[in-house]
Amino acid sequence: MLPLELREVSFAINGRTLIDRVSADIGAGPRTIILGPNGAGKSVLMRLCHGLLQPSAGTIVWRGAGGGKGGRQAMVFQRPVMLRRSAFANVVYGLKLTGISASERALRARDVLDAVGLAGVAERPARMLSGGEQQRLALARAWALGPEVLFLDEPTANLDPGAMRDVESIIGAIHATGTKIIMSTHNLGQARRLGDEILFLSGGRLVERAPVDGFFRAPTSREANAFIREELP
Amino acid sequence: MNDLSRAFAQAFDLIGALDAKLVEIVTLSLEVSLAAVAIAAVVGFPLGAALAVGRFRGRQSIIVLLNALMGLPPVVVGLVVYLLLSRAGPLGDFGILFTPGAMIIAQAVLVTPIIAALSRQTIEDAWVEYQEQLRSLGANRLAAALTLLWDTRFSLVTVMLAGFGRAAAEVGAVMIVGGNIDGVTRVMTTAIALETSKGDLPLALGLGIILVGLVIVVNAAANLVREAALRRHG
Repeated sequence: MLPLELREVSFAINGRTLIDRVSADIGAGPRTIILGPNGAGKSVLMRLCHGLLQPSAGTIVWRGAGGGKGGRQAMVFQRPVMLRRSAFANVVYGLKLTGISASERALRARDVLDAVGLAGVAERPARMLSGGEQQRLALARAWALGPEVLFLDEPTANLDPGAMRDVESIIGAIHATGTKIIMSTHNLGQARRLGDEILFLSGGRLVERAPVDGFFRAPTSREANAFIREELP
Repeated sequence: MNDLSRAFAQAFDLIGALDAKLVEIVTLSLEVSLAAVAIAAVVGFPLGAALAVGRFRGRQSIIVLLNALMGLPPVVVGLVVYLLLSRAGPLGDFGILFTPGAMIIAQAVLVTPIIAALSRQTIEDAWVEYQEQLRSLGANRLAAALTLLWDTRFSLVTVMLAGFGRAAAEVGAVMIVGGNIDGVTRVMTTAIALETSKGDLPLALGLGIILVGLVIVVNAAANLVREAALRRHG
């Protein structure tokens, strides 16, 4: 379904413009980090790309094959919503909606739970798991769908350092299986560790786009410069 | 004070003796009210879920109406069901007026708006929390409604209890459509009304104590189940 093409995308609600004429082509391959301070519009941009919100102006188009409704994309949220059932059943639930056969569902669910290190708690109620475990379960639930593109909205913002490491290594593993990673964060270290390219947002505008090395070595925009030096513009 | 203590004494005598008449009345009361709540749940839960996640014209008006119908006067419901079921009424051919079936219908009409309105609120609150996640996973509104019904199941138990409390406590509707016929349609509330008007206050109070006790027992049992399930499922 990639590349994803954004043309002059704006999003406004109640008279406030949250995303302001963003244009970008996001292709397969490199891990794309959407970086910016709180309120820059990172989450809104991800939701627009994922289709949870409709742009007020501009277009968002999947240019590649299978880019229609049936395109396989998934999203992991900052605070995952766990259904009141077991961890295993949470993964199966997502698969069920895609119409995969019951035996295949169970097989895949066991695989991904194993891959994120939750095989031991598969039968535990999802809501009784720790915050870190719940986020790993959310990753497993998304991963099981075999998405071509995975959106991650500040997936470690509520986690302690240990849980954050676990989540980061799972994201790496998902990327290694060929899934395109598009992740928002305001954590500079995480952007360096996980990113290949940076889309820097500020005030709803795409201010700068650069490979990670170049971005952190020599940001060209004043806003990115200030953000990296951890000053608010 | 004297009446009250005699009432308690009589109530415990009746319970202790497992008086056949009393058992019959209590059983019928439970049967009628539980059946009515079951029917109301079958209608009210899907209606509540549809209103919670649906987006259609007139939705807001239906919600306002439904909330208002929670306060439906039992005697009015009884009267309308009576007119429908009476010999000359449109449903007269079924011949179920003055049977427990008519009482179940009347109470179901009374309880359905309560279950629909309260479940709508419960499910809509959950929808706010779940919406993005469910849509992201590809759930359409029907799938989302079914998911939310299941995920709010513990809260919906409380909703059913509210309905049961209403059904078990009302007297107007069952009196009109049931007729308070001894051994056929006499339930606790109509028996209490009758004994009071006959002047047998201790018996009426005794029945009242049993009724309140029953409602407490049903609520306590449901609460135990709910608490245990919540501990298990989070």
